[in-house]
Amino acid sequence: MLKQIEGSRAIAETVALCRPEVICAYPITPQTHIVEALGEMVRTGELAPCAFMNVDSEFSALSVAVGASVAGARAYTATASQGLLYMAEVVYNAAGLGLPIVMTLANRAIGAPINIWNDHSDAMALRDAGWIQLFAADNQEAVDLHVQAFRIAETLSLPVMVCVDGFVLTHAVERVDLPSQAEVDAFLPAFKPVQVLDPDAPMTIGALVGPEAFTEVRYLAHRKLSSALELVPQLAAEFQERFGRGSGGLVHGYRLGDAEIVLVALGSVNGTIQDVVDAWRAAGRRVGALGICTFRPFPADAVRTALESARQVLVIDRNLAPSSGGVLATDVRAALPDQNQQVRAVIAGLGGRAITRPVLERLLEQATRGAVEPLHFLDLDRRLADGGLERIS
Amino acid sequence: MSDLENGAARVRFYQTGTFTVGNRLIDPALRTVQAAPDRPNALTSGHRACQGCGQALGARYVLDAAMRATGGRLVTVNATGCLEVFTTASPESAWQVPWMHSVFGNAAPVAAGVAAALAVKGKQDIRVLAQGGDGGTADIGFGPLSGMFERNDDVLYVCYDNQGYMNTGVQRSSATPPTARTATTPALGAEPGNTFGQGKNLPALAMAHGIPYVATASVADLHDLEAKILRAIPMRGARYVHVDVPCPLGWGHAGDETIQVARLAVESGLFPLFEWQAGAITGRTQIRRRVPVDACLRLQRRFAHLFDGSEASRARLARLQGIADANIERFGLAAEETRS
Repeated sequence: MLKQIEGSRAIAETVALCRPEVICAYPITPQTHIVEALGEMVRTGELAPCAFMNVDSEFSALSVAVGASVAGARAYTATASQGLLYMAEVVYNAAGLGLPIVMTLANRAIGAPINIWNDHSDAMALRDAGWIQLFAADNQEAVDLHVQAFRIAETLSLPVMVCVDGFVLTHAVERVDLPSQAEVDAFLPAFKPVQVLDPDAPMTIGALVGPEAFTEVRYLAHRKLSSALELVPQLAAEFQERFGRGSGGLVHGYRLGDAEIVLVALGSVNGTIQDVVDAWRAAGRRVGALGICTFRPFPADAVRTALESARQVLVIDRNLAPSSGGVLATDVRAALPDQNQQVRAVIAGLGGRAITRPVLERLLEQATRGAVEPLHFLDLDRRLADGGLERIS
Repeated sequence: MSDLENGAARVRFYQTGTFTVGNRLIDPALRTVQAAPDRPNALTSGHRACQGCGQALGARYVLDAAMRATGGRLVTVNATGCLEVFTTASPESAWQVPWMHSVFGNAAPVAAGVAAALAVKGKQDIRVLAQGGDGGTADIGFGPLSGMFERNDDVLYVCYDNQGYMNTGVQRSSATPPTARTATTPALGAEPGNTFGQGKNLPALAMAHGIPYVATASVADLHDLEAKILRAIPMRGARYVHVDVPCPLGWGHAGDETIQVARLAVESGLFPLFEWQAGAITGRTQIRRRVPVDACLRLQRRFAHLFDGSEASRARLARLQGIADANIERFGLAAEETRS
């Protein structure tokens, strides 16, 4: 059903359609509207049977989800930024235990300096925790990814993080086609856990593993997470068949045929990027775009295939790994063994700085002249930066 | 004074000083679950605990009592710590109950999540028991435990208090008593061992949350420990049982002195045994044979520096005696007081 709706509300209504049984949350901007809406639905009885737990921290929030999941319930939570870091130990643990928890991450910067606005530092910090990480390009995809996330998680028995740009998506009101309960039920069967705490079949979960088997356990985790590279596109295709729209999958190529310069990005900035590509294509310039939806596991083969024609790859990294560059660019570079393809890490949109069309067009102009450095800071206020450099040098 | 304190010949019985040895002399209904031929053995033998481990003993009685109380409808969640490490070295497991471990500080919220899931699924006949050591309870897991208490989640949380981080090599926790020597509070300097005036009183903190049930127990009185678990299990909401479990490794007493040390802690007033329900003390174990704190501390090498005969050490012993006396006063543990 088409609705003019806030992103957070749309996500909450979709999560509700997925019939979660335990929802727990600790408030952090910009995640709050999602869990507020779910809390209300549990109170009204609209979402039953389901428990909604207000907990003392994000560490406890994910711990409750771990307990609920291990007892066989479909568990959901949402967080952002500092909250994700505060629960980091349990983030790794949930993946190690193979618990199919779904968590929305309303992407936000990490302090200091404290900043409540959007970038991808949070998701990047926990990228190697063993979760599947999906990035939504818009609120329609945010909604659709949540339906797919529960199915992916429960098929593989692995947790899934659905990354949604804070404010840009969570607080944006736009037109979204919400699925019906019948459609979701047909796509997402009831949760059948692979391991559960059950007095009728006692099991020890979370045992100590020593050097004689730890490497093998980690190897299996690698293989299992990597297998999502097959499942995710399969489910995206099935989703398209049932729901009539393409959402999710590994990557979204946009006007890549013969493109020499390609902009690569995660999340909502892909909309702006596609507008810029359209404008440049209209002027006969050979540019294209590649949106990456599945960031973990990293779809190296799909990225390599999509970027076949590219001579210059501009990776928009909404994060900064100080002294090394952009996290996404590092992965893209590793996926492109051809030395003739130049990969540029473009650090952009940190802490809510808008990535606008004029800024991206300036970047493309520079790229045309071959003037983008390997590590490029987009839209950097030189005067402000140089003043700071003087003080610290 | 017993022969033991007089330094005379030792009588070496397993669980010396408990009623276990004399089980055959008492009414079958009053015997410990361990004496029953159909005991659940929730924690089987063959685990890797140190000889004389108070926690292994305490956990076995807690779990078996809980199994009896629930008819086997029990699931457990364990914090990181000795109990977790010595029972679950993969591919072996000493647990015959459904058992899980997540991380150090989250036994309480994981258990709360399990309880919430069971409630949603209409399986409230299955009871949830969380276990942790004093570090996992008083320190790293305290915030989440406090959350579990204030929400009144349907979990029985059992803390096995061995007064320090024994699994990592005997470091100080906020449950380490004053003057105790640990790897991070050496018996050196102006104030040797752990500092006076620090530390948390966990049972008091649990009571401050107004949860339905709080009790202390000791491996020196396993009947009492079992009785408290049996009472706590059927209650709904957050319940807390704090068990004193001496650690031969960390405390520096012999493996066969665990029960004796625990008993002397009770009889000196250092570890008061009581029960608290709905805002009031409802039970206490009165001390019939009161002993000075020295009797308990002298057996433990972590307090050896208190017995160097110096004036300062005597003063410290007097302060510890004061703490024990205050406990006896506060909980009304002196037997003669109740006769009046």
